[in-house]
Amino acid sequence: MEKFTTHEGLVVPLDRANVDTDAIIPKQFLKSIKRSGFGPNAFDEWRYLDHGEPGMDNANRIKNPDFILNQQRYQGASILLVRSNFGCGSSREHAPWALQDFGFRAILGESFADIFFNNCFKNGLLPILLPKAEIDALFLLTQSTPGFRITVDLAAQVVRRPDGHEIPFVVDAFRKECLLNGWDDIGLTLRHAEKIRAFEVQRRIEQPWLFA
Amino acid sequence: MSKTLYDKLWENHVVHTEADGTALLYIDRHLVHEVTSPQAFEGLKLAGRKPWRVSSIVATADHNTPTDHWEKGIQDPVSRQQVETLDANIHEVGALAYFPFKDKRQGIVHVIGPEQGATLPGMTVVCGDSHTSTHGAFACLAHGIGTSEVEHVLATQCLLQKKSKAMLIKIEGKVGAGVTAKDIVLALIGKIGTAGGTGYAIEFGGSAIRALSMEGRMTVCNMAIEAGARVGFVAVDETAIEYLKGRTFSPKAADWEKATAYWRTLISDADAPFDAVVELDASEIAPQVTWGTSPEMVASIEGRVPAPEDFSDPVKREGVARALEYMGLVPHTPINQIMIDKVFIGSCTNSRIEDLRVAAAVAKGRHVAANIKLALVVPGSGLVKHQAEAEGLDKIFLAAGFEWRQPGCSMCLAMNDDRLLPGERCASTSNRNFEGRQGNGGRTHLLSPAMAVAAAIAGHFSDVRELTS
Ligand code: SF4
Repeated sequence: MEKFTTHEGLVVPLDRANVDTDAIIPKQFLKSIKRSGFGPNAFDEWRYLDHGEPGMDNANRIKNPDFILNQQRYQGASILLVRSNFGCGSSREHAPWALQDFGFRAILGESFADIFFNNCFKNGLLPILLPKAEIDALFLLTQSTPGFRITVDLAAQVVRRPDGHEIPFVVDAFRKECLLNGWDDIGLTLRHAEKIRAFEVQRRIEQPWLFA
Repeated sequence: MSKTLYDKLWENHVVHTEADGTALLYIDRHLVHEVTSPQAFEGLKLAGRKPWRVSSIVATADHNTPTDHWEKGIQDPVSRQQVETLDANIHEVGALAYFPFKDKRQGIVHVIGPEQGATLPGMTVVCGDSHTSTHGAFACLAHGIGTSEVEHVLATQCLLQKKSKAMLIKIEGKVGAGVTAKDIVLALIGKIGTAGGTGYAIEFGGSAIRALSMEGRMTVCNMAIEAGARVGFVAVDETAIEYLKGRTFSPKAADWEKATAYWRTLISDADAPFDAVVELDASEIAPQVTWGTSPEMVASIEGRVPAPEDFSDPVKREGVARALEYMGLVPHTPINQIMIDKVFIGSCTNSRIEDLRVAAAVAKGRHVAANIKLALVVPGSGLVKHQAEAEGLDKIFLAAGFEWRQPGCSMCLAMNDDRLLPGERCASTSNRNFEGRQGNGGRTHLLSPAMAVAAAIAGHFSDVRELTS
């Protein structure tokens, strides 16, 4: 997994609540059996005026000029600012894959759907939960300040605004360690292989029907 | 100390706990389908790892499979490749059971698990699919997971989890005639919102839940995820035990006695502490229909489409305005005057035999309205289809002008050919009314199977209670 320590980048505001994973990456792109290449189709239905299908040449499609990600001032953004319940709906990990492939490294929001939140951590994409007042302020600043950039410092657990204001955030210690070090979960879990095996032996005795 | 059912299920699976409380939970059942597994199998192989316990795996192809002309196979080459990849992966690693495309037991993964007795009380059940919460109807801790977690479970038989807070949703009283599990859960989501259960494990209880069949409980748990909760479950009772008796993978003989004795302990203790309690009066619930692009945008059939001005929160107001525009709806329109184009009866929410029986009872002797372009009935599994045909339900649907299809996810998410065209409006028994969910530009209204048939017959939403009383 890609490490995450500190990231400084341009912020793009996506001012909608309940953005679901169908919107982040529509289902027709889920037919791929790969993990990469979803970026050009992130937010496909909002981003392009025509209907997207796998295998299309996305460079030649007509973009929706009204969609925020298409606006000139937000080109190259790597930090996504969102509202509440972001990533709700389907468990598709293609959603964080698409956001990451698009170029995002962090997402700041009021609340996230649980499975999506989890999936982000597995891919070195950092979802950060902030109080509504801080999110409201960031929306105002982003919209009123062209080229608005912030720094996300995972080790210190703060988001730093250019005016020096620091917003602390909470992250599980275990997830933080994994991200800071770029550790692979599976490798970590397999350190407990003996414990898993012992647990399994006991379970087989107590509930043999589970091992039919 | 008294414990909630959630505490019991959780504690029974903890293998190891990290200093910050992150736990390694043992996984009993791993359900696998074609869309979210290929990258996991590939990752496993690339890392030179083997699956930990293949006998935990039950696999099927459901999302991409066509629902008609099976003799032609899967026409779409990309869909076909995904299904063939699953075939190859399962062929290579093995499984407790695999129901490939065209197998007579193939179907939607959340329908076949319980049907096969592969979902048993007290299990942890995972699947790379958010509606895994369905299996909670059997007092399982059933999590939807992402593909990295699918790989993690394949490799380690464990899932890394932090314990959620516990919420009790207590639904007391008796529902009126024509009101079903789907109406209960839609009304609930209307009340607590799609983020109302975020961070919680939900236990559904109360006399109205206990009165539901297993099919009805699965419908409710299925939509726990639409209320923001990753898991939702119901305590074990005789209804659950009765359902499991004699199923393929249910315990037999002495094991059955031992198992049922244990299962009966899978209830919350009388004074167990919950972090939140929500109460609902079942007798007040009318048939529900969603009007927007989120399951919380729901009204009773007697209600009207709201106006953005009805909402004080600016983000919400904006969301409602956008939803109404997408849905092509005018504020204050009575729900029962909204005309529809297509009807879909199916999905892991409502495609079980009981759903089809209820739908057929309403359809019997009636006919789909002239303005309906397509009315689909898609059974949840091959076995459901077989059972329905044995009961003559297919004949009733066909005579009423419905199409009777092969099992699969179908127009729930339109990965196959069953889909809405831009602007088409659908009465759907599925679980998500998101933009484009049933086809690019399509407009989805969620409702119960009985209400879907009532809509098909009237050509617009209509109160099923008027048809059946
Ligand atoms: S029926 Fe719909 S919700 Fe259920 S598993 Fe299939 S696609 Fe997902």
